[in-house]
Amino acid sequence: MPEIDLDPRREIFDQLDQQKLGPLWLIPIRKAAVARFADAGFPTRRDEDWRFTDVSPIRDLTFKPVYEASGRELSGSIRERSLLGGVRTHRMVFVDGIYASELSDAPLIEDGVTVIDLKTGFESDALHLQEHMTRYSQSDQNAFTALNTAYFADGAVVKVERGVSCRTVLHLVFVTSGGENGVTVHPRNLVTVGDGASVTLVEEYIDAGGKAPCFTNSVIEFVVEEGAAVEHIKVQDESTRDFHVSGLYAQLKRSSRFRSHSLALGAKLSRHNIRTRLDGEGSQCVLNGLYLTRGEQLADHHMVVDHAKPHCESHEYFNGILDDQSRGIFHGRILVRQEAQKTDAKQTNKNLLLSDEATVNTKPQLEIYADDVKCTHGATIGQMDEEAIFYLRARGVPQGVARRMLMHAFAGEIIDRIECDPVREQLDRVVWDRLEDEGV
Amino acid sequence: MFKIENLHAGVEGREILKGVNLEINAGEVHAIMGPNGSGKSTLGHIIAGREGYDVSQGAMEFKGKDLLDLGPEERAHLGIFLAFQYPVEIPGVNTTYFLKSAVNEVRKARGLPELDAVEFLKYIKEKAALLQLPGDFLKRALNVGFSGGEKKRNEIFQMAVLEPCFAVLDETDSGLDIDALKVVSNGVNQVKSPDRAQLVITHYQRLLDYIVPDFVHVLYDGRIIRSGGKELALELEERGYDWVIESASVEA
Ligand SMILES: Nc1ncnc2c1ncn2[C@@H]1O[C@H](COP(=O)(O)OP(=O)(O)OP(=O)(O)O)[C@@H](O)[C@H]1O
Ligand SMILES: [Mg+2]
Repeated sequence: MPEIDLDPRREIFDQLDQQKLGPLWLIPIRKAAVARFADAGFPTRRDEDWRFTDVSPIRDLTFKPVYEASGRELSGSIRERSLLGGVRTHRMVFVDGIYASELSDAPLIEDGVTVIDLKTGFESDALHLQEHMTRYSQSDQNAFTALNTAYFADGAVVKVERGVSCRTVLHLVFVTSGGENGVTVHPRNLVTVGDGASVTLVEEYIDAGGKAPCFTNSVIEFVVEEGAAVEHIKVQDESTRDFHVSGLYAQLKRSSRFRSHSLALGAKLSRHNIRTRLDGEGSQCVLNGLYLTRGEQLADHHMVVDHAKPHCESHEYFNGILDDQSRGIFHGRILVRQEAQKTDAKQTNKNLLLSDEATVNTKPQLEIYADDVKCTHGATIGQMDEEAIFYLRARGVPQGVARRMLMHAFAGEIIDRIECDPVREQLDRVVWDRLEDEGV
Repeated sequence: MFKIENLHAGVEGREILKGVNLEINAGEVHAIMGPNGSGKSTLGHIIAGREGYDVSQGAMEFKGKDLLDLGPEERAHLGIFLAFQYPVEIPGVNTTYFLKSAVNEVRKARGLPELDAVEFLKYIKEKAALLQLPGDFLKRALNVGFSGGEKKRNEIFQMAVLEPCFAVLDETDSGLDIDALKVVSNGVNQVKSPDRAQLVITHYQRLLDYIVPDFVHVLYDGRIIRSGGKELALELEERGYDWVIESASVEA
């Protein structure tokens, strides 16, 4: 039988030279990943996990993985473009997925905190990377994660040693240049936080105002050791021409605390896959997200919270405000394994529709194999509360401001859960400004 | 100052107000009483500009301006205020923040400079003391988790802050304990002045001991079927509505 329709992505892979494949230990992992991708292909809507999100526009893009800095000048400074420009952070900037040292703060290797780019990490911390990289994402059948594993070229390595509280807000900024069609960016990040250590990390995705659509397909892996605490804030505000798929894998050890916030503002299509495993007794996980969509945008959050050990807590809170013909998707799967007694798992998804044409698909999925657990979930889809708007207007607040106050309050339920004060305050302003543009 | 002529209004083909006439002059206090469902709150809502009612006939003007074409906020800017029978809970909207926006919008519309944060806080703290509001009141989300009485008190507090020319109080007394009734009435009376007017909707004569009306009207089935002085309220308290309704139907 003749070989038909060989995937061009595989073809590209087979031609990669040793240098692009990275260290030796990584090669078989990459090969397996590309084979897995070739096997599965892009998901279709027949696939239960992708029922509401059609990724064919991504499949149809030309596929150009980036391995080197293009040298293209970005218009405007990162500080201006970043939504957190005014916040004091330790910034590490990547342009089209490649580390841009000239735009970044100096690498950190001090006081038990390491923040370096992946290529440096392969040299200076090879064993650490070999131990952790790809380990937590490997069992996931997700084709996009496989694609990332096969093609990633750069990313950040963040390491906080045991007992260290990192006081600086670490900030990864991924900028797409939009200078060339089909640029495909595969950031790959690894964050390890030692026993009793703590850190706040912002992962931001923005564009530099270019015209060509770009596809970002990122993966971040977290290892949260015993008693460690992580606050992670992902902010995605790419251009509405761009496509964005991301995978977050978190491994939570005993008594650790993991909070991950997702703010999805941009991209034509975005999909955030969150996989957290509560793998030690007494660990806590909060997944907290807000999506604001308009026009033709689609924002999809898909999570699997895996309760593997007893006495763990997980909460998911996701709110969406949707205008025009935009779409929001929430899929929350909670898996409580037999051993995971006394699990406390809660999930809510609330949506505010500003237009008759906006749609939401929300799907809770509880799979419980332990008998002594507390699991609740709830979802709402509603419109603006006209009673409330009348009340505010009757006191002199103009209609536009009244609507904005209510939307802001709804968004605030999510934003207020960000514990890091400067980041929360700044993102609150960002959201307020976005709501201002909202058609009234 | 405020005048309604032959107002007919309803929802979805059902007429609720069936020809209301009412004239209120500056400095006057009017009371409206009437059985449940007679249209009192509807009248209050229409004065405040609530959307969703079809006004099929009639006119409503305030200080010579036609009100019917104005949105609720524009009426508020002119100095109209409605204390709601059922104040709305608005989660996530902080009371102080909301009030600052309301006050400054009203000031803007009247050509006054906006108050800055410090001036505003000083101003509302004085008003809050007047109504003996609990300390955390201003920090909480608007009406959320407030008791029935607290909500009513909050309405009058907002009135005191906004200093309207014409206030409609819809059953502000219901749900208040005796002490709160005095405090609230006191708040209402403080707002009183020769260039302001009030329309008090109530079921109980008791409130009218504190807020003394110049005129009392009975609204029944969408019409004002009797008007009188403050003694009418005492008579209603004693004899109920039947005799008024009967004599009205004889006249008709
Ligand atoms: N939006 C609406 N849709 C349908 N019916 C309505 C609406 N608003 C008011 N009504 C009806 O109009 C009538 C008058 O209601 P309204 O609330 O004005 O009465 P009220 O005099 O204030 O009564 P109460 O003393 O119980 O407060 C009632 O029969 C009520 O059910
Ligand atoms: Mg009423």
